[in-house]
Amino acid sequence: MNEYKRISPSKRFLINIVLVIIFIVVGTLLTGGDSLSRASRALILQIGIYVILAVSLNIATGYLGQLPLGHAGFMAVGAYSAALFWKATLNMPTPVSIVLGLIIAGLIAAVFGIIIGIPALRLKGDYLAIITLGFGEIIRIAIINLSGITGGTPGLLNVPKYSSFLVVFLCVAATIAAIHFIMHSRHGRAILSIRENEIAADSCGVNLTYYKVLAFAMSAFFAGIAGALYAGFQGSLFPKSFDFMASINILVMVVLGGMGSMLGSVIAATVLTALPLVLQALAAYRMVIYSILLIIVMIFKPSGLLGRYDFSLPGLIEKWMNRKNKPGKEVANE
Amino acid sequence: MSELVSMPSPGRIPDRDIDKSPILETHHLGIKFGGLVAVDEFNVMIGRTEIAGLIGPNGAGKTTVFNLLTNVYTPTSGTILLDGKDTKGLKTYQINKRGIARTFQNIRLFGQLSVLDNVLIGLHNSIHCSLTSAMLRLPAYWKSEKVARERALELLSIFDMQDLANNEAGSLPYGAQRRLEIVRALATNPSLLLLDEPAAGMNPSETSELMENIRKIRDMFQIAVLLIEHDMNLVMGICEGIIVLNYGRIIAKGPPEEIKTNPTVIEAYLGRKKEG
Repeated sequence: MNEYKRISPSKRFLINIVLVIIFIVVGTLLTGGDSLSRASRALILQIGIYVILAVSLNIATGYLGQLPLGHAGFMAVGAYSAALFWKATLNMPTPVSIVLGLIIAGLIAAVFGIIIGIPALRLKGDYLAIITLGFGEIIRIAIINLSGITGGTPGLLNVPKYSSFLVVFLCVAATIAAIHFIMHSRHGRAILSIRENEIAADSCGVNLTYYKVLAFAMSAFFAGIAGALYAGFQGSLFPKSFDFMASINILVMVVLGGMGSMLGSVIAATVLTALPLVLQALAAYRMVIYSILLIIVMIFKPSGLLGRYDFSLPGLIEKWMNRKNKPGKEVANE
Repeated sequence: MSELVSMPSPGRIPDRDIDKSPILETHHLGIKFGGLVAVDEFNVMIGRTEIAGLIGPNGAGKTTVFNLLTNVYTPTSGTILLDGKDTKGLKTYQINKRGIARTFQNIRLFGQLSVLDNVLIGLHNSIHCSLTSAMLRLPAYWKSEKVARERALELLSIFDMQDLANNEAGSLPYGAQRRLEIVRALATNPSLLLLDEPAAGMNPSETSELMENIRKIRDMFQIAVLLIEHDMNLVMGICEGIIVLNYGRIIAKGPPEEIKTNPTVIEAYLGRKKEG
């Protein structure tokens, strides 16, 4: 039997970078000009935002193996931070303001992730779910009551609409790339080892608390960025948009796509964001269709549509190069 | 009935070759779960390159001793000196960094990750690459990953497992999973390796191969090995010192020849002969 041919990690890296650049260029060209209706433009932006939310939640659920139910809370923190920053810095050059706003939104959300993560991650399973659910609600109630800063229930209006196609595309690409890169380093492996077996990870010298909090903070960071994009997309923020149902929506995307699969999250986020628009005639039954879809997937494919499979162009090329000899069961490495 | 094993033990490393300065010392080590004394007055010394065995009937507290040494359970009494330093207050992962690695009685691999990844996680603390250099793929990342991968494959080659590197760990046959656990433990660069029933579920030829490998590991890495095992051929064959535990207390300590003929040990295993 022939030797199984492999692509070296650095070549795989180059292939991925080229893929990302193609994605951004094609995406920008396709959506540029006036070729798209306003509705479909809005939909594409929304999909981008939900893709970031789903892949960020996937860090905590799919990779770390926990079940937080307060993801919309982190999104809200990011959204309000960015919106307030952008409103305060209207005289700054726009690109600078956008970038700073996104970073600030991510960082503040990450700080919240750490604050909630340290106590919450001492708990497991349903306990962690409940405590994060509580956290999400606290954020929402706090936003309503801090009406001096956040505008309260009537909402925070006149947020500059900074979420252009380019900004959203770049954020989606950067988020996916950053998560992919981290997950394939010692830090990512440590997070995965905690999901696989906590006791074994502990006795391999993995600092459990540190890596759990790190995963949680990363998850919150990218949710914060998605929140900022949401603020720049909507132009106005209302606490109602960040309620429990919003957290559940994101969780549904992750579970449906397959926990631990980034491509799964992307596909599920796309489909579930586009679905309501496609089913506009049946808007009243949206939640019913949602639920039925979930039940069907859980019965026939409990691990989600893609399970843990992750798309890898270098992996496919490798398979094609080796099409003549059949290897044993392989696990994607990059 | 005076002997536990029927086979004469194969040749051992003579006493003079065993470095006697202890890597591990425990004094009055013990733990109580509520009113139950699980381990009590556990005093041992293990040499730097010694292979020691911990035996005893089921429920004697052998695995509990491993859990105490690695602070999975916090001892309620006594001290543990690793390389002369007290490990009190250290967490499990910190004790691993200080030099104790272990395997588990019921295999605990990272089942859905690749064999290579399992070993790379063992190498976790010897890979130096910050979060930023991983995220931005700076040269530090490429360099550390390359070194780590080479080292992982090298470690896998001890058990001739380098060709399985990309297989899913959970899909390996049972014996290979046990070997992988040992490789993963070795990857953490220990000075004391704790093996919890390494031969469980292995056939006689696999067991004798394992014996050879445990010796090989000790000689190659110059480390101490403490193993729990029920297979007396293995224990008597490779251990230079044996500790016998019953109801949480040490009932005998010494070289295999002594243990084999020790009446207390025989009684613990086989029960007392009825008088008359």
